[in-house]
Amino acid sequence: MSIDLRGICCRFGSTAALSDIDLSVGDGEFVALLGPSGSGKTTLLRILAGLEFADTGGLQIDGRDAHRIAPRDRGIGFVFQHYALFRHMTVAGNIRFGLEIRPRRTRPNRREIDRRVAELLDMVQLPGMERRYPTQLSGGQQQRVALARALAVEPRILLLDEPFGALDTKVREELRGFLKDLHKRLGITSLFVTHDQDEALEIADRIVIMRDGRIEQAGPTAEVYAAPVSPFVFEFLGQSNRLAVDVMAGRATTRSGVAVAEGIALPDGSAVAFFRPHDLDLTQAPATDSVPTARVSDIAVVGARARITLIDQDGVLSAELPADQLNGMSIGSPVSWTARRVRVFRES
Amino acid sequence: MASDPIPRQAFTEQTIGHSRQPSIARWLLILLAVAFLGTFLVVPLVSIFVEALSNGVMSAFGAITNPDALAAIRLTVLVAAIAVPLNVVFGLAASWAIAKFRFRGRSLLVTLIDLPFAVSPVVSGLVYVLLFGLHGLLGPWLQVHHIKLIFAVPGIVLATLFVTLPFVARELIPVMETQGQEAEEAAILLGANGWQVFWRVTLPNIRWGLLYGVLLCNARAMGEFGAVSVVSGHIRGVTNTMPLHVEVLYNDYNFSAAFSVAALLALLALVSLVLKNIMEWRMGDALTQSLAKR
Amino acid sequence: MAVTVSERAAGTGVVRRRHRGPLPGFVPTLGFTMTYLSLVVLIPLAFLVLRASGVSWHGLLQIVTSPRVLAAFRASFGIAFAAAVIDAAAGLLVAWVLVRYRFPGRRLLDGLVDLPIALPTAVAGITLTGLYSDTGWLGAPLAAAGIQVAFTPLGILVALTFIGLPFVVRTVQPVLADLTRDVEEAATTLGARPGQIFRRILLPQLFPALLTGLALAFGRGIGEYGSVIFIAGNMPGISEIVPLLIVTRLEQFDYIGAAVLGTVMLAVSFLFMLTINGLQQMSRERLGF
Repeated sequence: MSIDLRGICCRFGSTAALSDIDLSVGDGEFVALLGPSGSGKTTLLRILAGLEFADTGGLQIDGRDAHRIAPRDRGIGFVFQHYALFRHMTVAGNIRFGLEIRPRRTRPNRREIDRRVAELLDMVQLPGMERRYPTQLSGGQQQRVALARALAVEPRILLLDEPFGALDTKVREELRGFLKDLHKRLGITSLFVTHDQDEALEIADRIVIMRDGRIEQAGPTAEVYAAPVSPFVFEFLGQSNRLAVDVMAGRATTRSGVAVAEGIALPDGSAVAFFRPHDLDLTQAPATDSVPTARVSDIAVVGARARITLIDQDGVLSAELPADQLNGMSIGSPVSWTARRVRVFRES
Repeated sequence: MASDPIPRQAFTEQTIGHSRQPSIARWLLILLAVAFLGTFLVVPLVSIFVEALSNGVMSAFGAITNPDALAAIRLTVLVAAIAVPLNVVFGLAASWAIAKFRFRGRSLLVTLIDLPFAVSPVVSGLVYVLLFGLHGLLGPWLQVHHIKLIFAVPGIVLATLFVTLPFVARELIPVMETQGQEAEEAAILLGANGWQVFWRVTLPNIRWGLLYGVLLCNARAMGEFGAVSVVSGHIRGVTNTMPLHVEVLYNDYNFSAAFSVAALLALLALVSLVLKNIMEWRMGDALTQSLAKR
Repeated sequence: MAVTVSERAAGTGVVRRRHRGPLPGFVPTLGFTMTYLSLVVLIPLAFLVLRASGVSWHGLLQIVTSPRVLAAFRASFGIAFAAAVIDAAAGLLVAWVLVRYRFPGRRLLDGLVDLPIALPTAVAGITLTGLYSDTGWLGAPLAAAGIQVAFTPLGILVALTFIGLPFVVRTVQPVLADLTRDVEEAATTLGARPGQIFRRILLPQLFPALLTGLALAFGRGIGEYGSVIFIAGNMPGISEIVPLLIVTRLEQFDYIGAAVLGTVMLAVSFLFMLTINGLQQMSRERLGF
């Protein structure tokens, strides 16, 4: 079940919600649409579902033009942020719905439907809840019912619109793992929208990062994380340190003269260097004139990791270490630092 | 698909996506509803004024300025001027007790306050006739003391009081409940006494709800017919309110005059509607909800 | 004051106080409320019932089951119910169109829906009579088609439909406006057609509100006087309504008869109130609104 989007544009009034979107999703992939609010990711998802219409551009599902096909005929399962359960129906009633409304020819018989409902409830780990009403369930349970309901009609594509956005952190984490497992088991092509980069990084095969209606970067998760193509993507995907640097003959140096990277394929001039806190190596050092040092200004131990804030001539930096490697560092200690895996971008 | 795109956040004004319902079906429904409302509401409204002016403007004007009509107007205004403030005081007291405190029998009290709404207007008048009428419980006693309640103004005031009792309270109770107690508690901690809390903290907060309740109460007080008809005795120039005067004129086949007075009442109704809508804008949908509950 | 009662628990020496919270004025306001309510509403109503109960059961039955009274009850209840049903259907349509669609004049019509409540009943009465009489704007074409409206039960139906409409519309509107779009979208993605969505998703959720609106219109219609007596014709046995019967009894100084009928009406109204409250309670528990 593959999806192909070409040149999709969509405007709401005077704002361009989507501009020139090209995206392909292969069969069985688990893709995350990631971006801040207003980036157009939900609009894109809804266009796929047929709940919104693009102004221009082509949409193909399994090679066929899908523009004309009504939402109910696209074979899509949709999970909403606020569950959208039918409050006046029981859990079983909700899950049964997609099967019950089918025309007689394609409708399974009563026993078959009940069997499927029980099977799905088992799959979403809510056995025996057939007779409950949505208002009697917790948020996490409701969302699982919504998932079961969407899966009941055996969709070819599963679309999820910030499925865990309305849930508590703990529940969110549980459901994340659950969703990933489910996908592994069922192998349905899935797209989900989120603004939480941890979520995307954890469960998606591919990440599409969106901003202001455009795709900033799309690719396998590991690749996007390791090789962001822009400052925006770098900063969006996790914690980052940012330094102003000058590039000269491929070498990037900070204003205070620390060389942070070599072999940069940028013309000479000013640029911005990014690196992750856990890629910042610190050594405690007595002050010597030749090696510029920084001073520790704050240490926060969170669980097994320690976050260290440094101040030096170039600015404020953030480092992350396993807590047991602090080695007696304390506030005020002089440290020297080196950075690994630095990405340098043109000043924008 | 030609309609304006609707921003997704506009949940108060929903359309089912401009793509999903064929435009024809939608316009058909709109046409049907508009035709229904037009025939049922607009046409009658217009006909009042047309009938009022059917004998010319001068005649209509004369119908509302002759002595009987003026007496009726005076009486209507008088009755409203007595009944509405009294029920405002009641409404304020009742909503304070009900909204700010928890006590046993609270929901029973609310139900009892709603009673006049549910009861037929004729019954509302009937109860007073049974009490104070010639053959009523206190009838003989009143006769002896030359006090006229029924078939006199006091009876009309009483009947109107009965019928309009719930209006202010019913508006204020949900408003006060939604606002909670924190502001008042803060005032008390700062040293205010009961009256000060009420005047300076509570009252300003509820003023729109109060105005709304007064508006509804007044509209009903001036327009009440059934209850007043039973207690009034229809004595021209003395115990006829405007609605009763309309009836008298109508029964005399004096149609254009009847409709002239009716037009005046209709204007009052329209003004009330306009004010009501303005206030609903200010206060939000909480108002329509509390009205819908009765 | 914050403390209303203090008691000493026997033997333990502990002072138990019932606090009403820090806000003052509970006793005075409650006292005033109860007094006012009793004087204006409760005592007169109680006396009504008392008066009616002065009659023996046999006498009561005689009064209530006399042919004229029975006919009046049939007329009042029957026509009020029919009007309420029409109001339910029309009210749903109107509420739907007002909430879901945007068209020129929508705001105006929305405001106008309350007209039957705002308009004094006598004004509504003479207006509808004039309109639907044989020479009226609407009555003339109907009469040409052989349908008599004014001075027949049909006229009562029209009047009661008129005054009951806002009750349905205003009860259904907020519920309709509260329904979120994503539930319907979910149904669409599951394969439902618009008709199915309406029948299986929307209507069940609107049903409690519809029922409440219908009950409100019905209750109002039974006791309605001013809008009805002009257009009704008031012929005993056919188009005479119970409120008119009460008035007639009063004019004949048959206080007992009037009291009995009034009490029956009161009981019915009270029953309606409880039913409506129950309906709203149920809807709140089941659906959350």
